[in-house]
Amino acid sequence: MAYEGWIAACEEEDIEEEDVIRFDYEERTFAIYRSAKNKYFATDGFCTHEKFHLADGLVMGNHIECPKHNGRFDYTTGEAKRAPVCQALKTYPLKQESGHIWIRIN
Amino acid sequence: MSDHGMIIIGAGETGARAAAELRSLGWTGRITLIGEEAHAPYERPPLSKQMLQEEDQPSPAAILRAEQATEQRIELRKACKAVAIDTRNHRITLNDGSSLTYERLLLATGAQPRKLASPLPGSDTPLAWPSIHYLRSYGDAVSLREQLQPGKRIVVIGGGFIGLEVAASARARGCEVTVIEAGPRILMRGVPEAIASLVDARHQSAGVQFKLGSAISGMSSSGKEYLIRFSNGEALACDTIVAGIGAIPETALASESGLAVENGIRVDERLATSDPDIFAAGDCCSFPHPLYGGRRIRLEAWRNAQDQGTHAAGSMLGAAAAYAAVPWFWSDQYDLTLQVAGLPDAGTTTVHRSLGAKGDLFFHLTAENRLVAASGIGGPGIAKDIRLAEMIIGSQAVLDSKALAQPDLKLKALLPS
Repeated sequence: MAYEGWIAACEEEDIEEEDVIRFDYEERTFAIYRSAKNKYFATDGFCTHEKFHLADGLVMGNHIECPKHNGRFDYTTGEAKRAPVCQALKTYPLKQESGHIWIRIN
Repeated sequence: MSDHGMIIIGAGETGARAAAELRSLGWTGRITLIGEEAHAPYERPPLSKQMLQEEDQPSPAAILRAEQATEQRIELRKACKAVAIDTRNHRITLNDGSSLTYERLLLATGAQPRKLASPLPGSDTPLAWPSIHYLRSYGDAVSLREQLQPGKRIVVIGGGFIGLEVAASARARGCEVTVIEAGPRILMRGVPEAIASLVDARHQSAGVQFKLGSAISGMSSSGKEYLIRFSNGEALACDTIVAGIGAIPETALASESGLAVENGIRVDERLATSDPDIFAAGDCCSFPHPLYGGRRIRLEAWRNAQDQGTHAAGSMLGAAAAYAAVPWFWSDQYDLTLQVAGLPDAGTTTVHRSLGAKGDLFFHLTAENRLVAASGIGGPGIAKDIRLAEMIIGSQAVLDSKALAQPDLKLKALLPS
């Protein structure tokens, strides 16, 4: 089923435990996370420091580490956690239904 | 003791990180950051890539903006050079004749591009052209990018990372590019041959010409173009010459001040020099690495510059911890990403793991099957595995080398919990 304002992003099983995948929609790119506790989150896809895809980085606990400069964010809140990143990452509402993941990006 | 507090000489990545870290560790006294360039601290990695490739000239990518420095009470002295250190009186002299006293001093003086020998061996004509480009500073990148016009013939001397990144950027701008390398292959230092040959093939498919094993015997200028002559009698005409033939640590101030120098300013595992109140960090220093049996190394890499700057700040405030971060660097050329964690030459065997379209990983192990380095080449998807390998290297775990070759073995599973 479709929801007003929500975009179908991926399936729950597309993401491994404690990992992240990239999701592109129109001109934009997002990162969708699955925590070690099987909770799902969504953020902007690019690091706020330089334009590198966070989905190529490593998920460690609640943190995502940028693959290029090792800046870190808490992907559950978007908070910047380690230099060189200092600007927070935008997060997006996400919901799961029957194994599907939807995000609201507006 | 003095009211001048902490002084950092060198306002690059290392110096800027150290200054910010001193403040965040709670140092409330003065922090003075002294840099020779006219710019506030900026990032150097884009200089060989975005800075050369983008249509409009980018501004320096600031690490510490003037307003951030003000807010953190970091006194930023731009276009300023320290010319002497009086270690006994804890005093430095600046090029304007003034002096400052310090409680602790950090030397973050970096490195300078190695210059072509002039005159060349066997020649008596000095190389005096300003048109041989080197790449280290924002100013260098600005003057080089002006030369990278479509159709221009660019010769890159040196098949190392800087030279190859410049070659890729010059191709992106539509230049004709030839890379001259004296060694038998590109990337002789620090990268296994299998990776070097993949990089070589990528450059060739992009239209870069290579002249490997080529000794330059002379150069001349007609006023319109340059002619490079080789010892085998060949010659090559071009419009612009860029040399990327290594870097030399900036140690003059340290050695003139009586500090020990050994392939860089010699520091101990805390990054203290032979004077206990003076520290050195980044490209300018050599340090013993605990993960490699205390082997003394010097690194020229962005990550090390950042991490040692941060570490040195702690040491300046009295922390006893050894710097033990796993060395790591990357290079981007075209759509290829190359990453190396650890020191490949510390290994005796190499295990290859194919990631299919994502790329290739090479694990470098000791005879005891301890992972000492991992190299990867391919798309950005290799980054996760190299990061995990870096953590495994740090753990000093002994591994099953056959299992490493299997792509379905998750590297995360090898991390000690």
